[in-house]
Amino acid sequence: MIQFKNIYKSYRVAGTDVPALQGIDLRIEAGEIFGIIGHSGAGKSTLVRLINLLERPSAGQVLIGNTDITALDAAALRAQRQRIGMIFQHFNLLSAKTVAQNVAFPLSLAGGKSKAEIKQRVAALLARVGLTEHADKYPAQLSGGQKQRVGIARALATEPQILLCDEATSALDPQTTQSVLKLLADINRELGLTIVLITHEMDVVRRIADRVAVLDAGTVAEIGPVAEVFLHPQHPITRRFVLEAENVDEGELVDDYAHVPGRIVRLTFTGDATYEPLLGAVARDTGVDFSILAGRIDRIKDTPYGQLTVAFTGGDIPAALQQLAGRGLAIEEVRA
Amino acid sequence: MNGFFSNIDWADIGQAGLDTLLMLGGSLLFTLLLGLPIGVLLFLTSKRQLLAQPLVYGLLSFVVNILRSVPFVILLIVMIPLTVFVTGTSLGVAGAIPPLVVGATPFFARLVETALREVDRGIIEATQAMGATTTQIVLRALLPEALPGILAGGTVTAITLVSYAAMSGVIGGGGLGDLAIRFGYQRFQTDVMVVTVLLLLILVQLLQMLGDRLVIHFSRR
Repeated sequence: MIQFKNIYKSYRVAGTDVPALQGIDLRIEAGEIFGIIGHSGAGKSTLVRLINLLERPSAGQVLIGNTDITALDAAALRAQRQRIGMIFQHFNLLSAKTVAQNVAFPLSLAGGKSKAEIKQRVAALLARVGLTEHADKYPAQLSGGQKQRVGIARALATEPQILLCDEATSALDPQTTQSVLKLLADINRELGLTIVLITHEMDVVRRIADRVAVLDAGTVAEIGPVAEVFLHPQHPITRRFVLEAENVDEGELVDDYAHVPGRIVRLTFTGDATYEPLLGAVARDTGVDFSILAGRIDRIKDTPYGQLTVAFTGGDIPAALQQLAGRGLAIEEVRA
Repeated sequence: MNGFFSNIDWADIGQAGLDTLLMLGGSLLFTLLLGLPIGVLLFLTSKRQLLAQPLVYGLLSFVVNILRSVPFVILLIVMIPLTVFVTGTSLGVAGAIPPLVVGATPFFARLVETALREVDRGIIEATQAMGATTTQIVLRALLPEALPGILAGGTVTAITLVSYAAMSGVIGGGGLGDLAIRFGYQRFQTDVMVVTVLLLLILVQLLQMLGDRLVIHFSRR
């Protein structure tokens, strides 16, 4: 369990204090994948670095378990850091060391393990991330995805309970991003590791996170289960992320529908309702006609969902909407 | 043909060559040994680094700049009392090494500082996140990562020492450069000048080649 208590952080730039975080209260449960999403400058890099105190808060407490890590002395903090793995956007591998040496590095820094034990652990880690045959290569000889796998193996070397991911897939192409995210999700499941990931890409959060916090200007704008937050965004900044991910622009939408007759609503299905033939049944029942203007069927982590923008004409529209709501669909009015 | 090389005493040249090599070897060794920690300290105490200490950095940087701005010929003379105190003589190879070290160390320290700055900050951050101590970060991450840059700096320093050593004739330091000035220049013995300069050229070439080899050997980027 990681807990931020009333965290403030400001940086001194050219003689003035520039606030980065302004009163963060947040609780991340053990074993969950927690996403922190925000635009650059929202404070997410600072927030994730508070967990291993690469950044110190100006005020407030950071609790891991029951320990206030801001109160630890230098040696205790180093021991704490060994129990937290971290991966980075630009991998930050040591260029002068081979893949195997990079993975062994945190173990040899920590000490207390024999050469043979380290060798065995490194071999197991490399096998886990699928890089066994690249053990003796240098990072410069690897692709971006392979480098991040080395980063993950290295971060797991000391058997941490927490893994911090700092924009871990932002430098990777979409396909590689998917495979790295899958690896992270597998690790979370197998090892019960708590993963905290920061990103500016909603897709990353949608794919693997359990819960998400939307960060805006140093404060938490919105927090909750990923499906909840992204299907029913409350805060404007969250809405913008959702639209960005769907590649649409809000103004454009309304313009497009100007010539569409009828009442326009957005229907959101989650779980099993996604695959049921609801719309047709309701239309037959109430005599309404509908046309689908936009939509997507996808999954958020393990939850299937569908979101359709539909124009209803004719028949008994209020009754139709009532029936749909009765089946657990969320209905938002786009245009009455 | 015999006439052109008539002034050359090969035994003298040999002795001078040996002196140059001894001056170079001795002063390079101490320059590297002293310059490396000073360079590391300059880097660590500078702004936004692990041991940021503006005062220490400012002071150290100032001393380095003073030493670097004194012309080497002047340094050679100013250093004489200190040299006598350290080595017992201000003459010959032993007398030349202390001023050479004092002249080249600040130069090399700056090159080390620059090489360390070239290391990606992310590597320091990642190593810190593993729970490394500052000593571990420096010895196990920073220096190995900066090694190619430091070796390149060492090569430049070695070549600078060759030309500094040539000036040490002013205080009776000996060596090929001294021979070139005293015989080649002051006595108009062009043949001595040509031979000594040629030998120095070969020495510089060899140093550069060796340095380049080492840099390539340790570069993994």
